[in-house]
Amino acid sequence: MATVKVSEAEKVYILHGIRDDLRVDGRSCEDYRHMEVETDVVSNTDGSARVSLGHTAVLVGIKAEIGKPRPLVPDEGYLEFFVDCSANATPEFEGRGGEELGIELSNTLYRVFNNKNSIDLKGLCISAGEHCWVLYVDVLLLQCDGNLYDAISVAIKAALFNTKIPRVHMSSDDEGGKEVELSDDPFDCVRLSVENVPCIVTLCKVGHRHVVDATLQEKACSVASLIIAVTHRGTVTCVKKVGGGSLDPESIFEMTEAGKRVGKALHAPLMKLLQQEESLGKKREKVGFLG
Amino acid sequence: MAGLELLSDQGYRLDGRKATELRKVQARMGVFAQADGSAYLEQGNTKALAVVYGPHEIRGARSRALHDRAIINCQYSMATFSTAERKRRPHGDRKSTEMSLHLKQTFEAAVLTQLYPRSQIDIYVKILQSDGGNYSVCVNAATLAVIDAGIPMRDYVCACTVGFVDETSLADLCYAEESGGVSSLALALLPRGGQIALVQMDARLHQDHLDTLIEAAMTACKGVSKVLDQVVRQHLQEGSTLRE
Repeated sequence: MATVKVSEAEKVYILHGIRDDLRVDGRSCEDYRHMEVETDVVSNTDGSARVSLGHTAVLVGIKAEIGKPRPLVPDEGYLEFFVDCSANATPEFEGRGGEELGIELSNTLYRVFNNKNSIDLKGLCISAGEHCWVLYVDVLLLQCDGNLYDAISVAIKAALFNTKIPRVHMSSDDEGGKEVELSDDPFDCVRLSVENVPCIVTLCKVGHRHVVDATLQEKACSVASLIIAVTHRGTVTCVKKVGGGSLDPESIFEMTEAGKRVGKALHAPLMKLLQQEESLGKKREKVGFLG
Repeated sequence: MAGLELLSDQGYRLDGRKATELRKVQARMGVFAQADGSAYLEQGNTKALAVVYGPHEIRGARSRALHDRAIINCQYSMATFSTAERKRRPHGDRKSTEMSLHLKQTFEAAVLTQLYPRSQIDIYVKILQSDGGNYSVCVNAATLAVIDAGIPMRDYVCACTVGFVDETSLADLCYAEESGGVSSLALALLPRGGQIALVQMDARLHQDHLDTLIEAAMTACKGVSKVLDQVVRQHLQEGSTLRE
Protein backbone atom coordinates (compact mmCIF):
# COMPACT_ATOMS: atom_id res chain seq x y z
CA MET A 1 0.00 0.00 0.00
CA ALA A 2 1.22 3.42 -0.76
CA THR A 3 2.80 4.52 2.46
CA VAL A 4 1.83 7.79 4.04
CA LYS A 5 3.73 9.54 6.72
CA VAL A 6 1.61 11.28 9.33
CA SER A 7 3.25 13.55 11.87
CA GLU A 8 2.22 13.70 15.52
CA ALA A 9 0.51 17.06 15.01
CA GLU A 10 -1.46 15.73 12.05
CA LYS A 11 -2.48 12.71 14.10
CA VAL A 12 -3.84 14.94 16.84
CA TYR A 13 -5.69 16.99 14.23
CA ILE A 14 -7.29 13.89 12.68
CA LEU A 15 -8.07 12.42 16.11
CA HIS A 16 -9.75 15.56 17.39
CA GLY A 17 -11.71 15.90 14.19
CA ILE A 18 -13.05 12.36 14.45
CA ARG A 19 -13.93 12.94 18.11
CA ASP A 20 -16.18 15.79 16.93
CA ASP A 21 -17.60 13.71 14.03
CA LEU A 22 -15.89 15.80 11.35
CA ARG A 23 -13.16 14.22 9.30
CA VAL A 24 -10.36 15.85 7.32
CA ASP A 25 -12.29 15.64 4.04
CA GLY A 26 -15.53 16.91 5.60
CA ARG A 27 -17.25 13.57 6.02
CA SER A 28 -18.88 12.38 9.20
CA CYS A 29 -17.82 9.11 10.84
CA GLU A 30 -20.24 6.86 8.96
CA ASP A 31 -19.92 8.36 5.47
CA TYR A 32 -18.34 6.77 2.46
CA ARG A 33 -16.26 8.65 -0.06
CA HIS A 34 -17.54 9.14 -3.61
CA MET A 35 -18.03 5.72 -5.17
CA GLU A 36 -18.19 4.81 -8.84
CA VAL A 37 -19.41 1.45 -10.08
CA GLU A 38 -19.47 0.21 -13.65
CA THR A 39 -20.15 -3.33 -14.84
CA ASP A 40 -19.26 -5.19 -18.02
CA VAL A 41 -15.93 -3.49 -18.63
CA VAL A 42 -13.82 -6.44 -19.84
CA SER A 43 -15.39 -8.38 -22.70
CA ASN A 44 -13.14 -11.43 -22.29
CA THR A 45 -14.85 -12.27 -18.99
CA ASP A 46 -18.26 -13.66 -18.11
CA GLY A 47 -18.81 -10.82 -15.68
CA SER A 48 -16.74 -7.82 -14.66
CA ALA A 49 -16.96 -4.64 -12.66
CA ARG A 50 -14.85 -1.62 -11.95
CA VAL A 51 -15.19 0.22 -8.67
CA SER A 52 -13.46 3.35 -7.49
CA LEU A 53 -13.80 4.61 -3.97
CA GLY A 54 -11.97 7.87 -3.48
CA HIS A 55 -8.57 7.11 -4.96
CA THR A 56 -8.91 3.37 -4.42
CA ALA A 57 -9.58 1.58 -7.70
CA VAL A 58 -10.28 -2.11 -8.25
CA LEU A 59 -11.25 -4.20 -11.24
CA VAL A 60 -12.92 -7.59 -10.85
CA GLY A 61 -13.25 -10.14 -13.62
CA ILE A 62 -15.18 -13.38 -13.29
CA LYS A 63 -14.66 -16.35 -15.57
CA ALA A 64 -16.83 -19.43 -15.38
CA GLU A 65 -15.20 -22.76 -16.20
CA ILE A 66 -16.44 -26.30 -15.94
CA GLY A 67 -14.68 -28.30 -13.25
CA LYS A 68 -15.13 -31.20 -10.89
CA PRO A 69 -17.08 -30.65 -7.65
CA ARG A 70 -15.25 -30.97 -4.36
CA PRO A 71 -15.59 -34.58 -3.01
CA LEU A 72 -17.10 -33.40 0.30
CA VAL A 73 -19.88 -31.43 -1.42
CA PRO A 74 -20.55 -33.28 -4.70
CA ASP A 75 -23.71 -31.31 -5.46
CA GLU A 76 -22.24 -27.82 -5.28
CA GLY A 77 -20.09 -25.65 -7.47
CA TYR A 78 -17.49 -23.35 -5.96
CA LEU A 79 -15.69 -20.02 -6.28
CA GLU A 80 -11.97 -19.43 -6.57
CA PHE A 81 -10.50 -16.11 -5.51
CA PHE A 82 -7.29 -14.50 -6.63
CA VAL A 83 -6.19 -11.01 -5.68
CA ASP A 84 -3.51 -9.49 -7.85
CA CYS A 85 -1.76 -6.65 -6.05
CA SER A 86 -0.22 -5.22 -9.17
CA ALA A 87 2.78 -2.95 -9.26
CA ASN A 88 0.49 -0.34 -10.82
CA ALA A 89 -0.91 0.32 -7.35
CA THR A 90 2.43 0.94 -5.72
CA PRO A 91 6.05 0.06 -6.61
CA GLU A 92 6.28 -2.00 -3.43
CA PHE A 93 4.13 -4.66 -5.06
CA GLU A 94 6.65 -5.22 -7.84
CA GLY A 95 7.77 -8.81 -8.36
CA ARG A 96 6.50 -10.85 -5.42
CA GLY A 97 6.01 -7.86 -3.14
CA GLY A 98 2.22 -7.94 -3.31
CA GLU A 99 1.82 -11.66 -2.74
CA GLU A 100 1.41 -11.56 1.02
CA LEU A 101 -1.36 -8.95 0.95
CA GLY A 102 -2.95 -10.76 -1.99
CA ILE A 103 -3.16 -14.03 -0.08
CA GLU A 104 -4.52 -12.31 3.02
CA LEU A 105 -7.23 -10.61 0.99
CA SER A 106 -8.19 -13.69 -1.00
CA ASN A 107 -8.44 -15.85 2.14
CA THR A 108 -10.86 -13.37 3.65
CA LEU A 109 -12.86 -13.32 0.42
CA TYR A 110 -13.14 -17.13 0.51
CA ARG A 111 -14.56 -16.94 3.99
CA VAL A 112 -17.05 -14.21 3.12
CA PHE A 113 -18.32 -15.31 -0.28
CA ASN A 114 -17.66 -19.02 -0.83
CA ASN A 115 -20.54 -20.48 1.16
CA LYS A 116 -24.06 -21.47 0.32
CA ASN A 117 -25.60 -18.70 2.39
CA SER A 118 -24.04 -16.03 0.17
CA ILE A 119 -24.42 -17.60 -3.25
CA ASP A 120 -26.60 -20.43 -4.50
CA LEU A 121 -23.73 -22.92 -4.90
CA LYS A 122 -26.14 -25.76 -5.67
CA GLY A 123 -27.24 -23.85 -8.75
CA LEU A 124 -23.66 -24.01 -10.02
CA CYS A 125 -23.72 -27.81 -10.06
CA ILE A 126 -24.25 -29.39 -13.48
CA SER A 127 -24.26 -33.05 -12.53
CA ALA A 128 -23.54 -34.20 -8.99
CA GLY A 129 -20.06 -35.53 -8.43
CA GLU A 130 -19.03 -35.02 -12.04
CA HIS A 131 -19.34 -31.51 -13.36
CA CYS A 132 -19.92 -28.11 -11.85
CA TRP A 133 -19.26 -24.50 -12.64
CA VAL A 134 -16.20 -22.99 -11.04
CA LEU A 135 -16.29 -19.21 -10.85
CA TYR A 136 -12.82 -17.74 -10.97
CA VAL A 137 -13.10 -14.36 -9.29
CA ASP A 138 -9.98 -12.37 -10.08
CA VAL A 139 -9.50 -9.08 -8.30
CA LEU A 140 -7.05 -6.54 -9.66
CA LEU A 141 -5.91 -3.72 -7.39
CA LEU A 142 -5.12 -0.71 -9.50
CA GLN A 143 -4.72 1.92 -6.83
CA CYS A 144 -4.76 1.69 -3.04
CA ASP A 145 -6.01 4.55 -0.89
CA GLY A 146 -7.38 2.68 2.08
CA ASN A 147 -10.50 0.60 2.59
CA LEU A 148 -9.64 -2.15 0.13
CA TYR A 149 -12.07 -4.67 1.60
CA ASP A 150 -15.17 -2.55 1.06
CA ALA A 151 -14.22 -1.59 -2.49
CA ILE A 152 -13.40 -5.20 -3.39
CA SER A 153 -16.62 -6.57 -1.92
CA VAL A 154 -18.76 -4.04 -3.78
CA ALA A 155 -16.88 -4.83 -7.00
CA ILE A 156 -17.38 -8.57 -6.48
CA LYS A 157 -21.08 -8.14 -5.83
CA ALA A 158 -21.42 -6.00 -8.97
CA ALA A 159 -19.41 -8.46 -11.05
CA LEU A 160 -21.46 -11.42 -9.78
CA PHE A 161 -24.60 -9.49 -10.69
CA ASN A 162 -23.17 -8.99 -14.16
CA THR A 163 -22.03 -12.62 -14.59
CA LYS A 164 -23.73 -14.59 -17.34
CA ILE A 165 -23.16 -18.33 -17.27
CA PRO A 166 -23.95 -20.23 -20.47
CA ARG A 167 -26.85 -22.67 -20.16
CA VAL A 168 -25.81 -26.31 -20.38
CA HIS A 169 -27.65 -29.59 -20.30
CA MET A 170 -26.53 -33.14 -19.87
CA SER A 171 -27.09 -35.63 -22.63
CA SER A 172 -26.42 -39.31 -22.36
CA ASP A 173 -25.43 -41.53 -25.26
CA ASP A 174 -26.47 -45.16 -25.78
CA GLU A 175 -23.73 -46.63 -23.59
CA GLY A 176 -24.82 -44.58 -20.62
CA GLY A 177 -21.94 -42.12 -20.92
CA LYS A 178 -22.86 -38.54 -20.07
CA GLU A 179 -21.82 -35.47 -21.95
CA VAL A 180 -22.11 -31.79 -21.24
CA GLU A 181 -23.72 -29.86 -24.04
CA LEU A 182 -23.43 -26.11 -24.29
CA SER A 183 -26.34 -24.15 -25.64
CA ASP A 184 -25.85 -22.98 -29.23
CA ASP A 185 -27.31 -19.58 -28.56
CA PRO A 186 -24.66 -17.34 -26.97
CA PHE A 187 -27.38 -15.22 -25.35
CA ASP A 188 -28.94 -18.23 -23.63
CA CYS A 189 -27.48 -17.55 -20.21
CA VAL A 190 -28.17 -18.08 -16.53
CA ARG A 191 -27.85 -15.18 -14.12
CA LEU A 192 -26.83 -15.52 -10.51
CA SER A 193 -28.95 -14.32 -7.67
CA VAL A 194 -26.92 -11.81 -5.72
CA GLU A 195 -29.63 -11.03 -3.20
CA ASN A 196 -27.79 -12.61 -0.29
CA VAL A 197 -24.29 -11.66 -1.35
CA PRO A 198 -22.82 -9.67 1.54
CA CYS A 199 -20.84 -6.46 1.41
CA ILE A 200 -17.88 -5.88 3.66
CA VAL A 201 -17.81 -2.85 5.93
CA THR A 202 -14.48 -1.97 7.50
CA LEU A 203 -14.58 0.02 10.70
CA CYS A 204 -11.41 1.66 11.90
CA LYS A 205 -11.01 2.41 15.56
CA VAL A 206 -9.53 5.87 15.81
CA GLY A 207 -9.21 7.22 19.34
CA HIS A 208 -12.42 6.40 21.16
CA ARG A 209 -14.57 6.34 18.04
CA HIS A 210 -14.73 4.29 14.89
CA VAL A 211 -14.93 5.46 11.29
CA VAL A 212 -16.21 3.90 8.09
CA ASP A 213 -14.16 4.02 4.88
CA ALA A 214 -10.89 5.26 6.38
CA THR A 215 -8.33 6.92 4.14
CA LEU A 216 -4.67 5.98 4.44
CA GLN A 217 -4.05 8.92 6.77
CA GLU A 218 -6.84 7.89 9.08
CA LYS A 219 -5.68 4.30 8.97
CA ALA A 220 -2.24 5.43 10.09
CA CYS A 221 -3.88 6.89 13.23
CA SER A 222 -5.97 3.84 14.06
CA VAL A 223 -5.03 1.02 16.37
CA ALA A 224 -7.01 -1.74 14.74
CA SER A 225 -9.96 -2.29 12.46
CA LEU A 226 -12.84 -4.68 12.28
CA ILE A 227 -14.19 -6.01 9.01
CA ILE A 228 -17.82 -7.04 9.03
CA ALA A 229 -19.66 -8.76 6.19
CA VAL A 230 -23.31 -7.72 6.15
CA THR A 231 -26.17 -8.86 3.91
CA HIS A 232 -28.98 -6.61 2.71
CA ARG A 233 -31.13 -7.74 5.63
CA GLY A 234 -28.49 -6.68 8.09
CA THR A 235 -27.36 -10.20 8.95
CA VAL A 236 -23.70 -10.36 9.90
CA THR A 237 -21.97 -13.23 8.13
CA CYS A 238 -18.34 -12.67 8.99
CA VAL A 239 -16.40 -10.63 11.52
CA LYS A 240 -12.64 -10.33 11.55
CA LYS A 241 -10.24 -8.10 13.36
CA VAL A 242 -7.33 -6.87 11.30
CA GLY A 243 -4.35 -4.78 12.25
CA GLY A 244 -1.84 -4.82 15.05
CA GLY A 245 -3.64 -3.28 18.04
CA SER A 246 -6.31 -4.70 20.27
CA LEU A 247 -9.98 -3.90 20.76
CA ASP A 248 -12.11 -4.29 23.87
CA PRO A 249 -15.34 -6.31 23.68
CA GLU A 250 -17.48 -3.24 24.32
CA SER A 251 -16.19 -1.42 21.25
CA ILE A 252 -16.43 -4.56 19.11
CA PHE A 253 -20.12 -4.68 19.98
CA GLU A 254 -20.56 -1.02 19.11
CA MET A 255 -18.66 -1.42 15.86
CA THR A 256 -20.74 -4.44 14.83
CA GLU A 257 -23.91 -2.43 15.38
CA ALA A 258 -22.55 0.44 13.30
CA GLY A 259 -21.36 -1.99 10.62
CA LYS A 260 -24.82 -3.53 10.37
CA ARG A 261 -26.40 -0.12 10.00
CA VAL A 262 -23.94 1.09 7.37
CA GLY A 263 -23.88 -2.22 5.47
CA LYS A 264 -27.65 -2.34 5.24
CA ALA A 265 -27.69 1.20 3.89
CA LEU A 266 -24.99 0.33 1.35
CA HIS A 267 -26.90 -2.52 -0.34
CA ALA A 268 -30.06 -0.71 -1.41
CA PRO A 269 -28.45 2.04 -3.54
CA LEU A 270 -25.95 -0.43 -4.99
CA MET A 271 -28.66 -2.81 -6.18
CA LYS A 272 -30.71 0.08 -7.51
CA LEU A 273 -27.71 1.34 -9.45
CA LEU A 274 -26.91 -2.09 -10.88
CA GLN A 275 -30.47 -2.64 -11.99
CA GLN A 276 -30.63 0.80 -13.52
CA GLU A 277 -27.43 0.16 -15.47
CA GLU A 278 -28.73 -3.24 -16.57
CA SER A 279 -32.01 -1.77 -17.81
CA LEU A 280 -30.17 0.53 -20.20
CA GLY A 281 -28.97 -2.57 -22.06
CA LYS A 282 -27.03 -1.89 -25.21
CA LYS A 283 -27.87 1.80 -25.18
CA ARG A 284 -25.51 2.31 -22.26
CA GLU A 285 -22.42 4.25 -23.08
CA LYS A 286 -19.43 2.35 -21.76
CA VAL A 287 -17.01 4.59 -19.94
CA GLY A 288 -14.36 2.27 -18.54
CA PHE A 289 -11.13 4.08 -17.84
CA LEU A 290 -11.70 6.60 -20.61
CA GLY A 291 -14.20 8.70 -18.70
CA MET B 1 -3.83 -21.71 -43.65
CA ALA B 2 -7.11 -23.51 -43.89
CA GLY B 3 -10.42 -22.11 -42.77
CA LEU B 4 -9.86 -18.44 -42.13
CA GLU B 5 -9.16 -16.20 -45.04
CA LEU B 6 -7.01 -13.43 -43.64
CA LEU B 7 -7.34 -11.21 -46.65
CA SER B 8 -10.34 -11.48 -48.94
CA ASP B 9 -10.15 -11.05 -52.70
CA GLN B 10 -11.72 -7.64 -52.29
CA GLY B 11 -8.88 -6.64 -49.99
CA TYR B 12 -10.71 -6.75 -46.67
CA ARG B 13 -9.46 -8.38 -43.50
CA LEU B 14 -11.26 -10.58 -40.95
CA ASP B 15 -12.60 -7.61 -39.01
CA GLY B 16 -13.46 -5.62 -42.11
CA ARG B 17 -10.44 -3.37 -42.15
CA LYS B 18 -8.35 -2.53 -45.19
CA ALA B 19 -4.76 -3.77 -45.23
CA THR B 20 -3.19 -0.56 -43.97
CA GLU B 21 -5.98 0.45 -41.64
CA LEU B 22 -5.28 0.70 -37.90
CA ARG B 23 -7.72 -0.28 -35.19
CA LYS B 24 -9.47 2.50 -33.33
CA VAL B 25 -7.11 4.01 -30.78
CA GLN B 26 -8.62 5.69 -27.73
CA ALA B 27 -6.58 6.91 -24.81
CA ARG B 28 -6.70 8.94 -21.65
CA MET B 29 -3.86 10.39 -19.63
CA GLY B 30 -3.76 10.98 -15.90
CA VAL B 31 -6.09 8.14 -14.94
CA PHE B 32 -4.70 7.73 -11.42
CA ALA B 33 -3.84 10.41 -8.93
CA GLN B 34 -1.29 8.58 -6.80
CA ALA B 35 1.18 7.70 -9.53
CA ASP B 36 3.53 10.27 -11.06
CA GLY B 37 2.18 9.49 -14.49
CA SER B 38 -0.51 7.19 -15.79
CA ALA B 39 -2.37 6.45 -18.99
CA TYR B 40 -4.99 4.08 -20.31
CA LEU B 41 -5.02 3.07 -23.93
CA GLU B 42 -7.41 1.00 -26.01
CA GLN B 43 -6.40 -0.22 -29.43
CA GLY B 44 -9.37 -2.11 -30.78
CA ASN B 45 -10.15 -4.70 -28.14
CA THR B 46 -6.72 -4.65 -26.56
CA LYS B 47 -6.70 -2.51 -23.43
CA ALA B 48 -3.70 -1.51 -21.36
CA LEU B 49 -2.98 0.59 -18.30
CA ALA B 50 0.45 2.12 -17.82
CA VAL B 51 1.77 3.76 -14.69
CA VAL B 52 5.04 5.60 -14.17
CA TYR B 53 6.75 6.27 -10.85
CA GLY B 54 9.83 8.41 -10.74
CA PRO B 55 12.43 9.54 -11.36
CA HIS B 56 13.24 8.67 -7.75
CA GLU B 57 16.07 7.32 -5.65
CA ILE B 58 17.14 3.77 -6.42
CA ARG B 59 15.09 1.25 -4.51
CA GLY B 60 16.84 -1.81 -3.12
CA ALA B 61 20.49 -2.39 -3.93
CA ARG B 62 22.32 0.93 -4.34
CA SER B 63 24.97 -0.81 -6.41
CA ARG B 64 22.57 -0.91 -9.34
CA ALA B 65 22.73 2.89 -9.69
CA LEU B 66 24.42 4.25 -12.78
CA HIS B 67 26.56 7.32 -12.20
CA ASP B 68 25.74 8.97 -15.52
CA ARG B 69 22.08 8.17 -16.17
CA ALA B 70 18.84 6.83 -14.74
CA ILE B 71 17.94 3.17 -14.84
CA ILE B 72 14.59 2.24 -16.30
CA ASN B 73 12.70 -0.49 -14.56
CA CYS B 74 9.79 -2.09 -16.39
CA GLN B 75 7.26 -4.66 -15.40
CA TYR B 76 4.80 -6.10 -17.86
CA SER B 77 1.90 -8.09 -16.53
CA MET B 78 -1.41 -9.36 -17.78
CA ALA B 79 -4.59 -9.51 -15.75
CA THR B 80 -5.51 -13.15 -15.14
CA PHE B 81 -8.83 -12.59 -16.90
CA SER B 82 -7.39 -10.71 -19.87
CA THR B 83 -7.14 -13.66 -22.23
CA ALA B 84 -9.84 -16.00 -23.52
CA GLU B 85 -8.42 -18.78 -21.37
CA ARG B 86 -7.74 -17.77 -17.79
CA LYS B 87 -4.09 -17.20 -16.94
CA ARG B 88 -2.77 -18.62 -13.69
CA ARG B 89 -0.18 -15.96 -12.96
CA PRO B 90 -0.28 -12.28 -13.88
CA HIS B 91 3.49 -11.96 -14.28
CA GLY B 92 6.77 -13.77 -13.74
CA ASP B 93 6.40 -16.25 -16.56
CA ARG B 94 8.92 -16.36 -19.35
CA LYS B 95 6.84 -14.40 -21.84
CA SER B 96 6.14 -11.48 -19.51
CA THR B 97 9.76 -11.32 -18.41
CA GLU B 98 10.81 -11.08 -22.04
CA MET B 99 8.19 -8.43 -22.66
CA SER B 100 9.43 -6.41 -19.67
CA LEU B 101 12.93 -6.54 -21.11
CA HIS B 102 11.72 -5.35 -24.51
CA LEU B 103 9.88 -2.44 -22.93
CA LYS B 104 12.99 -1.50 -20.98
CA GLN B 105 15.07 -1.50 -24.15
CA THR B 106 12.50 0.54 -26.01
CA PHE B 107 12.29 3.23 -23.36
CA GLU B 108 16.03 3.37 -22.77
CA ALA B 109 16.25 4.44 -26.39
CA ALA B 110 13.67 7.18 -25.97
CA VAL B 111 13.89 8.67 -22.49
CA LEU B 112 16.62 11.23 -21.84
CA THR B 113 18.05 9.16 -19.01
CA GLN B 114 21.27 11.17 -18.76
CA LEU B 115 19.29 14.00 -17.13
CA TYR B 116 18.71 11.91 -14.01
CA PRO B 117 21.95 10.28 -12.89
CA ARG B 118 21.79 7.77 -10.00
CA SER B 119 18.01 7.55 -10.13
CA GLN B 120 15.35 5.15 -11.24
CA ILE B 121 12.22 5.39 -13.36
CA ASP B 122 9.57 2.68 -12.93
CA ILE B 123 7.23 1.86 -15.78
CA TYR B 124 4.52 -0.68 -15.00
CA VAL B 125 2.16 -1.85 -17.70
CA LYS B 126 -0.87 -4.02 -17.24
CA ILE B 127 -2.89 -5.63 -20.02
CA LEU B 128 -6.55 -5.64 -18.99
CA GLN B 129 -7.88 -7.22 -22.12
CA SER B 130 -5.80 -8.90 -24.76
CA ASP B 131 -6.62 -9.05 -28.46
CA GLY B 132 -3.30 -9.06 -30.25
CA GLY B 133 -0.52 -6.53 -30.46
CA ASN B 134 0.09 -6.53 -26.72
CA TYR B 135 3.62 -5.25 -27.06
CA SER B 136 2.68 -2.29 -29.21
CA VAL B 137 -0.29 -1.32 -27.08
CA CYS B 138 1.93 -1.41 -24.00
CA VAL B 139 4.54 0.81 -25.62
CA ASN B 140 1.90 3.31 -26.75
CA ALA B 141 0.27 3.41 -23.32
CA ALA B 142 3.63 3.71 -21.57
CA THR B 143 4.64 6.61 -23.83
CA LEU B 144 1.57 8.55 -22.73
CA ALA B 145 2.26 7.70 -19.08
CA VAL B 146 5.87 8.88 -19.35
CA ILE B 147 4.68 12.12 -20.93
CA ASP B 148 2.08 12.49 -18.17
CA ALA B 149 4.85 12.07 -15.61
CA GLY B 150 6.70 14.94 -17.30
CA ILE B 151 9.81 12.92 -18.07
CA PRO B 152 11.63 14.29 -21.13
CA MET B 153 11.87 12.00 -24.15
CA ARG B 154 13.54 12.37 -27.52
CA ASP B 155 10.20 11.80 -29.19
CA TYR B 156 7.01 9.80 -28.80
CA VAL B 157 7.70 6.09 -29.02
CA CYS B 158 5.04 4.49 -31.15
CA ALA B 159 4.79 0.82 -31.80
CA CYS B 160 2.81 -1.32 -34.18
CA THR B 161 2.64 -4.95 -35.21
CA VAL B 162 2.47 -5.70 -38.90
CA GLY B 163 2.04 -8.95 -40.78
CA PHE B 164 2.63 -10.22 -44.27
CA VAL B 165 -0.02 -12.17 -46.16
CA ASP B 166 -0.42 -12.76 -49.91
CA GLU B 167 2.26 -10.25 -50.85
CA THR B 168 0.44 -7.60 -48.80
CA SER B 169 1.44 -6.11 -45.47
CA LEU B 170 -1.31 -5.85 -42.87
CA ALA B 171 -1.07 -3.11 -40.26
CA ASP B 172 -1.95 -3.55 -36.57
CA LEU B 173 -2.74 -7.25 -36.28
CA CYS B 174 -5.53 -8.51 -34.06
CA TYR B 175 -5.38 -11.79 -32.16
CA ALA B 176 -7.08 -13.85 -34.86
CA GLU B 177 -4.53 -12.66 -37.40
CA GLU B 178 -1.58 -13.05 -35.05
CA SER B 179 -2.49 -16.62 -34.25
CA GLY B 180 -3.48 -17.39 -37.83
CA GLY B 181 0.05 -18.05 -38.95
CA VAL B 182 0.96 -14.65 -40.36
CA SER B 183 4.65 -13.76 -40.21
CA SER B 184 4.46 -10.74 -37.94
CA LEU B 185 6.88 -8.03 -37.07
CA ALA B 186 6.76 -5.68 -34.07
CA LEU B 187 8.41 -2.33 -34.45
CA ALA B 188 8.82 0.65 -32.15
CA LEU B 189 9.62 3.92 -33.81
CA LEU B 190 10.68 7.43 -32.82
CA PRO B 191 8.67 8.95 -35.66
CA ARG B 192 10.22 12.37 -36.09
CA GLY B 193 13.73 11.17 -36.75
CA GLY B 194 12.59 7.85 -38.18
CA GLN B 195 14.74 6.05 -35.60
CA ILE B 196 13.80 2.47 -34.78
CA ALA B 197 13.85 1.73 -31.05
CA LEU B 198 13.01 -1.94 -31.30
CA VAL B 199 12.31 -4.38 -34.05
CA GLN B 200 11.44 -7.99 -33.59
CA MET B 201 10.28 -10.70 -35.90
CA ASP B 202 10.02 -14.34 -35.03
CA ALA B 203 8.65 -15.84 -38.21
CA ARG B 204 9.97 -16.74 -41.63
CA LEU B 205 9.89 -14.11 -44.33
CA HIS B 206 11.68 -13.75 -47.63
CA GLN B 207 14.44 -11.20 -47.45
CA ASP B 208 13.01 -9.27 -50.41
CA HIS B 209 9.84 -8.55 -48.45
CA LEU B 210 11.54 -7.29 -45.32
CA ASP B 211 11.95 -3.75 -46.64
CA THR B 212 8.29 -3.41 -47.59
CA LEU B 213 7.23 -4.82 -44.23
CA ILE B 214 9.42 -2.42 -42.25
CA GLU B 215 8.19 0.41 -44.44
CA ALA B 216 4.57 -0.56 -43.70
CA ALA B 217 5.33 -0.80 -40.00
CA MET B 218 6.87 2.67 -40.00
CA THR B 219 3.87 4.14 -41.76
CA ALA B 220 1.56 2.48 -39.23
CA CYS B 221 3.66 3.81 -36.32
CA LYS B 222 3.44 7.30 -37.74
CA GLY B 223 -0.33 6.91 -37.88
CA VAL B 224 -0.33 5.93 -34.21
CA SER B 225 1.89 8.88 -33.33
CA LYS B 226 -0.66 11.28 -34.80
CA VAL B 227 -3.36 9.88 -32.54
CA LEU B 228 -1.11 9.98 -29.47
CA ASP B 229 -0.14 13.56 -30.23
CA GLN B 230 -3.82 14.49 -30.39
CA VAL B 231 -4.47 12.83 -27.05
CA VAL B 232 -1.59 14.68 -25.40
CA ARG B 233 -2.65 18.02 -26.82
CA GLN B 234 -6.22 17.54 -25.75
CA HIS B 235 -5.11 16.51 -22.28
CA LEU B 236 -2.97 19.61 -21.93
CA GLN B 237 -5.75 21.81 -23.20
CA GLU B 238 -8.20 20.38 -20.69
CA GLY B 239 -5.64 20.92 -17.95
CA SER B 240 -5.06 24.54 -18.91
CA THR B 241 -8.74 25.43 -19.30
CA LEU B 242 -9.43 24.02 -15.86
CA ARG B 243 -6.79 26.25 -14.38
CA GLU B 244 -8.09 29.43 -15.96
